[in-house]
Amino acid sequence: MKKRNKVLLGALLLMLTFCICFPIWVAVTGAFSSQWELEQNLAPVFGSGEGSADWSWLPAAPTLKSLVEVLLDSPGFFVMFWNSVLISVCILAGQLLVDVAAAWALAQFPLRGKGLILNFYIVLMLMPFQVLMFPQYLVLKDLHLLDTLGAVILPAVFSTLPVFILHRFFKAVPPEILEAARLDGAGELRIFWQIGIPMGAPGILSVCILTFLDSWNMIEQPMTYLKTRSLWPLSLFLPEIGMEEMGVGFAAAFLMLVPALLLFLGCQEQLEQGIAMSGGKD
Amino acid sequence: MKKKIRRLPPGARQSLVYWAFVLPNLVGVLYFSLLPMVQVLLRSFQSAIGGRWVGVQNYAAVLHNTAFQRAVSNTGQFIAVCIPLLLAVSLALAVLLYAIPGVGGALRSVFLMPMAVPAASVVLVWKVLFHGHGLINGALLGAGGTGIDWMGSNAAFWMLVISYLWKNLGYTMILWTAGLSAIPEGIYEAAQVDGAGRWQTFLHITLPSLRGTAFTITVMSLLNSFKVFREAWLVAGDYPHESMYLLQHLYNNWFRELDFDKIAAASVMTSGVVFLLIGILQKAWDGEA
Repeated sequence: MKKRNKVLLGALLLMLTFCICFPIWVAVTGAFSSQWELEQNLAPVFGSGEGSADWSWLPAAPTLKSLVEVLLDSPGFFVMFWNSVLISVCILAGQLLVDVAAAWALAQFPLRGKGLILNFYIVLMLMPFQVLMFPQYLVLKDLHLLDTLGAVILPAVFSTLPVFILHRFFKAVPPEILEAARLDGAGELRIFWQIGIPMGAPGILSVCILTFLDSWNMIEQPMTYLKTRSLWPLSLFLPEIGMEEMGVGFAAAFLMLVPALLLFLGCQEQLEQGIAMSGGKD
Repeated sequence: MKKKIRRLPPGARQSLVYWAFVLPNLVGVLYFSLLPMVQVLLRSFQSAIGGRWVGVQNYAAVLHNTAFQRAVSNTGQFIAVCIPLLLAVSLALAVLLYAIPGVGGALRSVFLMPMAVPAASVVLVWKVLFHGHGLINGALLGAGGTGIDWMGSNAAFWMLVISYLWKNLGYTMILWTAGLSAIPEGIYEAAQVDGAGRWQTFLHITLPSLRGTAFTITVMSLLNSFKVFREAWLVAGDYPHESMYLLQHLYNNWFRELDFDKIAAASVMTSGVVFLLIGILQKAWDGEA
């Protein structure tokens, strides 16, 4: 490549990287800025200033005040943070309980109708919430689960994307190992427990990460099925924080961002594998 | 119970064990999706109150609804703009980063980061960025351009496009990269020996090898595009500028007003469209295998 092209390409890449990172940078630095500094910088956004908003690359006087205020002084935040945690953990637990075994069976057992089930699962996993919203509402109403956390948790436990991805990971387990175990007289349950789960562990981990990110970020489902405010997850609460409480808003948003970002930074490789696995069949 | 199972022939006992693995999940999936979907299909031909049989009246009502037309046209327009843009940019990035080991991998992680960022936790950032006196307009003015009324004009649509690209660029790039890494090195070496240039190898080797991946990514991106409602709702609430009024807004309104007959008919139509898309994807997958 010509040198000039290389420089041009590098500059373009740099600019794009900046565009990707900037919003996250604003979210993080905002949480450590004082309410005063935010008001100074963002006065035009409040409508009380001329010109355009400004942003300090680094807070002039970094402070934990807003974060402390959110953590110690706002009981509402705690309730909703806890709701978010509860929803995500229950969905994860439920999926581990029913999805892993099903995926193992679909990958390794000679089940009749397996292809049909798999195709059906693929169709379902690709259905957007708009399509599933009303059907799920009807079931939840029958079960008297509307306006309980169960309304958000149960349908998510039975979403089919995790099964599909897990099944693809399990398919990579060579059948010879299982045959050998069977010849040694091991039962199916034991094979699943002692060979399947350990060998599929990376896949299980990446599905867990995808599920957590998804349920932590849930908006449409709680919005539709939860009326009582004390049941809301953080994702519904954050948009309600007004501009005049910016400090608190940024701090609360940061506290929601931290678990997701830490998980991302810690388990990137598994996440990338999980995504790559979701993109094909067999 | 145990005795009963023992008396079964060994093959049948085996398949009982097999099914025990699948059933807890399968029953739940059927109960939470297939069953109610059938119910919704039935209701789409009935009146909201009383459940009288009304034929295709609900469908006609939905199709003539101006809000529905607007939502469909916005969604269609959004898809027509976003998907080609996303596919092209993410492919270019994937190829570029694939060619630089080390730095490329690190940058890939950076681009993937927005996927982990909950939409709700950047809602304030979005408001600060896209406000009439916000940071983006500040930068535009600083560069000698003019400010854009992001929330109150048709530019709202472009705000959605930007949000979608920001969120999905990394994710799509990972899918492309998986496709790239499946192309055997040997082909490239052979092409080089034959004296093919970079651009030629890309056009004649890389692109054709990625055809299967491209179909998959297209359909995945299409279906992900339905999720852009989150950004729209977060920055603009239940009643946004009409250029970003999406299907989910409409469904939410109908839901609040208990227009279940309309929701049922619209859900059936939406799932019809999605089903069609999935059919195309399946074909592509089968062609790849």
